[in-house]
Amino acid sequence: MVSKKSNSNPANRRSVLKGMAAIGAASALPGFVPFAEAGTNEPIKIGFQVHRTGIGAAYGRWYDRTTKAAVKVINDAGGINGRPVEIIAEDDGTDPKRGAEVVEKFATLHKADIAFGTLFSHVVIGSAPRAGELKIPYFVVSEGHHVASGMLNRWTLQPGITDVKSQVQAMAPFVAANLGKKVTMIFPDFAFGHDHRDYFSAAIEKQGGNVIAKIAIPPTETSFTKYFAKIPRDTEVIYHVMVGPAVLTFVKEMGEFFGPSRPEIFGFIDSLEAVDLKTPGLEFLEGTYFWEGYNRYAQPDQSDVDRFYRAAVGIDNNGASVSDPKDVSTAAHMWGCWETLYVIKAGMEAAGYRGPKDRAALVEAVEAMTTMAEGREHPQGDKLFNGKTHQVFGHQNISRFEGGKLVRVHRTSIEDTLYPDEVDYTKMSF
Amino acid sequence: MSRALTFHIGAIIVLAALQFILPVYHSGNLARIMVLAVYAMGYNVMFGYAGLLSLGHAMFFAVGMYGAGLSVRLFDMAAAPAFGTGIIASILFSLGVGLLALRTIGVAFMIVTLMFSQAIYLLILYFNPLTRGDEGFVIPRAVRQVAGFDLSDPTTRYFAALLLFAICLLGMVWLVRSRTGRVLIAIRENEERARMLGYDTWAHKLFAVVLSGTMSGAAGAAYGLLFGSIGASFAEVPFSILPLLYVLLGGPGTVIGPFVGTVFMFYLRDISSSFTDAHMLVAGVALVLLTMYARRGIMGVVRERWAKWLP
Repeated sequence: MVSKKSNSNPANRRSVLKGMAAIGAASALPGFVPFAEAGTNEPIKIGFQVHRTGIGAAYGRWYDRTTKAAVKVINDAGGINGRPVEIIAEDDGTDPKRGAEVVEKFATLHKADIAFGTLFSHVVIGSAPRAGELKIPYFVVSEGHHVASGMLNRWTLQPGITDVKSQVQAMAPFVAANLGKKVTMIFPDFAFGHDHRDYFSAAIEKQGGNVIAKIAIPPTETSFTKYFAKIPRDTEVIYHVMVGPAVLTFVKEMGEFFGPSRPEIFGFIDSLEAVDLKTPGLEFLEGTYFWEGYNRYAQPDQSDVDRFYRAAVGIDNNGASVSDPKDVSTAAHMWGCWETLYVIKAGMEAAGYRGPKDRAALVEAVEAMTTMAEGREHPQGDKLFNGKTHQVFGHQNISRFEGGKLVRVHRTSIEDTLYPDEVDYTKMSF
Repeated sequence: MSRALTFHIGAIIVLAALQFILPVYHSGNLARIMVLAVYAMGYNVMFGYAGLLSLGHAMFFAVGMYGAGLSVRLFDMAAAPAFGTGIIASILFSLGVGLLALRTIGVAFMIVTLMFSQAIYLLILYFNPLTRGDEGFVIPRAVRQVAGFDLSDPTTRYFAALLLFAICLLGMVWLVRSRTGRVLIAIRENEERARMLGYDTWAHKLFAVVLSGTMSGAAGAAYGLLFGSIGASFAEVPFSILPLLYVLLGGPGTVIGPFVGTVFMFYLRDISSSFTDAHMLVAGVALVLLTMYARRGIMGVVRERWAKWLP
């Protein structure tokens, strides 16, 4: 009876008070705080989609540090259009589902001006559609070919790091001329590995070589010796691009398999990013070659720009944290965050960016960019930006493993990295 | 109209109203939550009502998602028929899984579902030229149109998610009060006794697997079409654990529980991740506390203490 009575009078004093309390509590939730339109002195908010947890955590940690370093330098120099830059970082768990949610959060909750910083391709592909729908410029630092392939949308750009297709094809001339023309490729059996397989196979054929065996390793594999037995005897070069926690086992078993008589070996440093090259078991790599986007070790011809960049980010001449020599950076990739932030700065200044209403103008301003000179804004080197494909192109480095360090032996031209356009985003509507 | 039906229709009306009240961030979240809640409701059919603990439910979600997504990618299908293809794929796949997996019970059933799910994940990677493997692919906005409605529009997306959610929610209310639903509960409580009473428990369990897989697949297809991306991470093991958490938190064997659990988990992560990187630790602690002090889940406790009529 009591419950019936209370049900028949839903608007009694207690229920009203409870309701008001509930509304009060709900209004304390994020998103219920009314947003004031940014004035000219308000900070420029950059939503930083960072891989703090999940498979990309090692990369994410250094992307975070590089981003903070670049923002500090930018702010110390007066910010962007006289406004300070504020980074709103949110972990996406290296998960595409969460990545899309984080982009939504930047656009609709934090009212960020742009979203930035995503590395892993599957997170970019999961997030980019939402960025396009929310009409928020999405500056990725991913290396993936997804942007230039035309898969994404006008709001997604990659102006601060080169893509895998350009990197891989630029390796072929050096490999064919210096290491050999009969190549066996060992790669992980998923999209990243398949990109290497397809782009390098085509590129080495243009150099008069060919891939004589393509050995795909399942992503769940933990032992590799049985795959080495498939390497043809007439292999002149092994091209490897393994990633994940089994990389050290891969190298160790490869060393045990070949012993002192091995073919030439070329790999992508992606395998050993954030890994100390003095780790026992890696001695086998002595004399082998690696692609590096940015040289982990300071080179004999170190420039002032490189010194400045390393000091700002907090890495020493071995590419490790100045506060902990065992905390090795992801030097070959993280510079992309630095350069992307400077492209954003240049784009906002060119567009006279004042707030979210100018987002389309910002995209157009970046699309209009062409050359970028080497300097503090672009410590990795000069660049060529293709506004149609939203992709930047730059020099690539090939380094030799010598005495536990990587010594640059070749630096490609930008022309080596170019390929025909596959999309023209400028023809797409906003 | 019964209290149970009134309550659930009321919940749908409240959700419809929230689209006009909530800030855009939260209404966007709620659209996503409703789709994920359909996934959790599907899980609840097997776990909460039939007592079948699956550790590989992501396979159903992924089959629906890729059934719809690949229809668009490979055959240029429009959104509505692609959604239908996703559902048909889910029905056939869950029927196949049911016929094989139900030959086992208990721990073996859990392992078999886990293995099937892993096989689906690896198949997605294996057929990389078709699926783009771990990277996945995008469903263009131009395709995401149904009868003139743009599914990428926030309002349209919200009501499309609500429509799917409402159909599944009311369908579940009907099911659990039907003879079939009661047999499923009987199987959960004591399968031997249910069989002794003359019920074909195997056929009922197969029905539960097919219904559960189809609902989860529908959620997967809807997710791909509403949010525009398809990816292998939706077939990974952690995505199989999510509906288990949603259901455990919300209340296994309650119709509204999976939705409540999904809301709870979503916002627990969303809010905690703003303060700490250890957001999964926060979720873990919450789960431990709920398991210790509210073993029947949130809505299970509500039903036990205040609303015994709740289905």
